[in-house]
Amino acid sequence: MAIEVNGKTYETDEEGYLANLNEWDEDVAKAMAEADGAELTDAHWEVINFLREYYDEYQIAPAVRVLTKAIGKKLGKEKGNSKYLYELFPYGPAKQACKYAGLPKPTGCV
Amino acid sequence: MADFDVPKIKEDIIVPKIHPGIMEQSGPFVAKPEHQKDLGYPEKLLDNWQEAAIEKMGELLKKYRSLKVFMDSCVKCGACTDKCHYYLGTSDPKNMPVARQDLFRKVYRRYFTLAGKYFPKLVGAVDLTEDVLDDWYNYYHQCSECRRCSVYCPYGIDTAEVTMAAREVMASVGKGQKYSNEIIGKVYKIGNNLGLPEPALIDTLEGLEEEVFEDTEVEVKYPVDKKGVEVLLITPSADFFAEPHVDGLIGYGKVFHQAGISWTLSSKASEAANFGLFIGSYENMRRIALRIREAAIELGVKRIIFGECGHAWRVAYSFLNTLAGPWDFLDQRYPIPQHIIEFTYDLIQKDKLKLDPSENDHMTLTFHDSCNVARGSRMGDKPGGQFELPRAVIKAVCNNYVDMRPDTIGEGTYCCGGGGGLLTDDLMEVRVKGALPRMTALGQAVEEMGVTHMAAICAICKSQFSKVLPYYGFTMDQIVSVHQLVSNAILLEPGQKNEPGSNSDD
Repeated sequence: MAIEVNGKTYETDEEGYLANLNEWDEDVAKAMAEADGAELTDAHWEVINFLREYYDEYQIAPAVRVLTKAIGKKLGKEKGNSKYLYELFPYGPAKQACKYAGLPKPTGCV
Repeated sequence: MADFDVPKIKEDIIVPKIHPGIMEQSGPFVAKPEHQKDLGYPEKLLDNWQEAAIEKMGELLKKYRSLKVFMDSCVKCGACTDKCHYYLGTSDPKNMPVARQDLFRKVYRRYFTLAGKYFPKLVGAVDLTEDVLDDWYNYYHQCSECRRCSVYCPYGIDTAEVTMAAREVMASVGKGQKYSNEIIGKVYKIGNNLGLPEPALIDTLEGLEEEVFEDTEVEVKYPVDKKGVEVLLITPSADFFAEPHVDGLIGYGKVFHQAGISWTLSSKASEAANFGLFIGSYENMRRIALRIREAAIELGVKRIIFGECGHAWRVAYSFLNTLAGPWDFLDQRYPIPQHIIEFTYDLIQKDKLKLDPSENDHMTLTFHDSCNVARGSRMGDKPGGQFELPRAVIKAVCNNYVDMRPDTIGEGTYCCGGGGGLLTDDLMEVRVKGALPRMTALGQAVEEMGVTHMAAICAICKSQFSKVLPYYGFTMDQIVSVHQLVSNAILLEPGQKNEPGSNSDD
């Protein structure tokens, strides 16, 4: 499978996750969100950017508590919880946000 | 919300009229070459797959006498037909356990019985064609190997073993399931289902220590690879990653802390789950289980305790000694292995935990028995302990507890709908529909007894319910970990340092 953004083709897996992390750019994220009928606000970008930074260091998406803690520190305690993250990413922060960030889907019993 | 019809919860669990073929397109993604390779399977469907599959069937029929008995002993009495949550939720007659098993049985008859070889039509025997293989792939991935149907089978046929055999045959001819096989590959390469590397594990656990300290002002530790401690805790990696699992993990740590028993997690065996069971592969199950042995020896622990993970406990309780024993180097005074529920229960009996159940007064709890714990294992030293102990722990930490109706719990518990290797987004329709009986029983408990939350001791159940509860009008946070309830109720004394023998030198 593949998606096309600005005339360039990006390979994805069956569920639309980017095959090659290094190919990602912001337009890819926007196009993926658009396909889901979502628009990326600054709040979404805070999460997406954190996911990418964390992945860069640890080769895995952050655990939910790592993510909520980081967002809480950046945006205020009232936003440091999964309820806030689910408002931003209704299909689940781990899965939907990872997809927009170009990261592989977390696997396992999650 | 969904691109399929979500069933409506009715007043009762109703046996639906059949809709033949309604789920025949619902198979999961097939494993990619690299997922197959890591497990020692052919990378793609073999050219001579039919021949290879029949040979593999023959091998399994020889190796597992049980499988042969299950093939021959079904009398089509129909007792199982209305017992499967996937039939009740989908109405596809091939999801009646007898019909699903017969997909395998009719091929068995064709190639392994005299009558089937010479008079196939008379005995309902069929050739293993591509259509049959497709049916196998789709319908053996609409079985969560929960074994509820087996409870009602007068011949005691373990239909899960038939599913496992069919999956093993398919994987061995190049048609494995992506979800399970990719995950097993990650266990081999990284140590757990998630692919959570050691530095990320350590970072995550340090975050939890900070969180618990902020909440309680007590330094509860969540150690990794600490040598010479008493207990090695083997827990599902979802406990590190997801909610409500992580609240259970926080609870385990608090229990160890208050009991003053030193413990550690292992970065090598950072996973309790053993998906080798799901794909019916003894070799993979053994390879996964051996990590636990290696970790226990390297760390020099005296006891092994398993966290809240359903099928991990089945593999641990029923097979660990065969797969990875003997465990003669562990302390023989304790159960080998032990479940975290047994551990906490024992401490409660000895009055070693300070608990304030009123901390959970904002909830009315019920308990979902997870299938592999309920029907494939035990806890404590009495029959039925696997039902009694979790409830006893919950009741010790919660004032408000009620059971769901009796035929939906205990030995007859309904699967969450996501077990046995089905907890993947490509099977969402199967998962949502398969949850219908449990959702119906929960709905009754909510209506009639004011239940607000359901507790479970299985990572798959917890993830599955967080996902499917909203499809049925509930909220995702209505599923909780049992040790999350313990965590809420346990009274740690602020300023209290670690007990002697624990990990204060970290």
